[in-house]
Amino acid sequence: MEPIDLDLEESELELPAEPMRLNMGPSHPAMHGTVRMVIELSGETIDKVDVQIGYLHRGFEKMCERGTWAQVFPYADRLNYVSPMLNNVGYALAVEKLCNISVPDRCQWYRMGLGELARISDHLTCTGAMAMELGAFTPFLWFIKARDMIWDILEEETGARLTHSFGRIGGMAAPPTPKFKEMVRASLKKVLGILEEGEKMLLKNRIFIDRLEKVGVISQEDAISLGWTGPCLRATGVSYDVRKAHPYLKYDEVEFEVPVGQRGDTMDRFLVRLAEIRQSALILEQVCQRMADDGPVNVDDPRVMMPPKDQVYNTIEATIQHFKLVMEGAKIPKGEVYSYTEGGNGELGFYLVSDGSGTPYRVRIRPPCFSVVGGVAQLIQGGMLSDVVPIFGSVNMIGGECDH
Amino acid sequence: MSQLALDRLKATFGDAILETHSDFGDETAVVRPESWLAICRFLRQDPALQFDMMSDLCGVDYPDRVPRMEVVAHLYSLSRRHRIRVKTRIGDAELGTCELDSVTSVWRTADWLERETYDMSGVLFRGHPDLRRILMYPEFVGHPLRKDYPAQKAQPLLEYRTEEEAGLTLEKQAPFGPDEGMSFGRRTFTRSEEN
Repeated sequence: MEPIDLDLEESELELPAEPMRLNMGPSHPAMHGTVRMVIELSGETIDKVDVQIGYLHRGFEKMCERGTWAQVFPYADRLNYVSPMLNNVGYALAVEKLCNISVPDRCQWYRMGLGELARISDHLTCTGAMAMELGAFTPFLWFIKARDMIWDILEEETGARLTHSFGRIGGMAAPPTPKFKEMVRASLKKVLGILEEGEKMLLKNRIFIDRLEKVGVISQEDAISLGWTGPCLRATGVSYDVRKAHPYLKYDEVEFEVPVGQRGDTMDRFLVRLAEIRQSALILEQVCQRMADDGPVNVDDPRVMMPPKDQVYNTIEATIQHFKLVMEGAKIPKGEVYSYTEGGNGELGFYLVSDGSGTPYRVRIRPPCFSVVGGVAQLIQGGMLSDVVPIFGSVNMIGGECDH
Repeated sequence: MSQLALDRLKATFGDAILETHSDFGDETAVVRPESWLAICRFLRQDPALQFDMMSDLCGVDYPDRVPRMEVVAHLYSLSRRHRIRVKTRIGDAELGTCELDSVTSVWRTADWLERETYDMSGVLFRGHPDLRRILMYPEFVGHPLRKDYPAQKAQPLLEYRTEEEAGLTLEKQAPFGPDEGMSFGRRTFTRSEEN
């Protein structure tokens, strides 16, 4: 058989040698969020990469400077839209630090319970989506099924599946429902069962393991210098979890472990997240044991809390208080504060500056993903193009918080 | 928690530390902008302090003050488990000059954080390897987190431009040309066009 390129010149047969520019994103089916990577390829190896964020920038910090302190809660929901409850509680704790108030015990347990539920849903989404991007669609559906059970609890508690806006300065919007503990216990069993099934499908799959192991390795020093926190940092073996290192709420009274990895590769990040789901389940069980069934949830502080509705309608004092809280906002003492909690992806910090008025002077969020995504270029450079997908899946970029 | 850090800073740098406070349990040092890099390097390297992680960096605009812009860094030490907030004040009333030394050589995360502070507050970092906008696009005019930037201001939509026209490589640009991305608008090559 004759070769088809018989009439071509020799030079025409050569493959182009100059590097190829490839745009990955901002909307790519295998990317975790709206992020764009400009990649320079030679063959299949990545020579140079520029990670560009900002496609989901919504001016969160500027918007916060226009409303009252309480009106930040719905914006905080939309930062990490996979675990909004953690953002809500993080912001509430920051403002409470500024006001020097501490919420009642029952509320602290409740916040912890809801926060751990959100963390489980965050990790399930991340690991599930990462598996899906690598072609394992079934575990993704498994994990999303489990996540839906958690969202059912959150819907029952807060009235919304995704953007709860449930935190309040000095408490929560509503006390726990009578069925809360029962629902958590029942769902946890199912979620852990599903997790095990999904895990089996992945961790016995040679292709999946080969694509994760020794891919995207980062050293401890680099991860610390790049400001990594959360599961990505713990995968390198640094045991830093805000819940253990600087306990807030009631984390010092519960028993749980901080899972760490060894090599800092994609596989470790995946395994750390799975182990953290189990630890969160442990915490949730203790929350169910320790949380009181009755007692106040909100702090009794008329500076920040709305009065009960029947008093608003029947007494002039409560009407005025309600009016002032809605129209002018709670007056938060002058000062500046940095408060940090463990979010789904790591240390979630809020730096608040108050000028003593009902409107925040400056709300600065320290999103955990921002630093992590800042280090992604290093992981990708020098690797293969196909490794971009597992690496980027494992750092769990959430566009909402990364882009502010 | 990090009173030690404040004491060591005062002992080492003396006059360069303008004020310190521990309001709400957050130890804070306000430092002279000229010593910013030296102080950051000291905080990172001093064996008793070891602030090996830069948690956050941001700018806060106070239009009534001179110097007007406050640059705030939050540092954390993983080995010592303590924190400190370091602030410095720069810029005149109009923010004509608003420059500060870059600390990218101390913490690598400062690269993106300084780009963000430049983008949002307009602080120019001297010695930053790649100071360009990170959240906004290159043609965006102004710095949104300054207090005199109107919150409702709209900026014009941009025409599509090629990489050559923009004069920038590896920069943020519209992902598709006018004839790309949609099947009905896609350019179809014919033999004659190729030749």
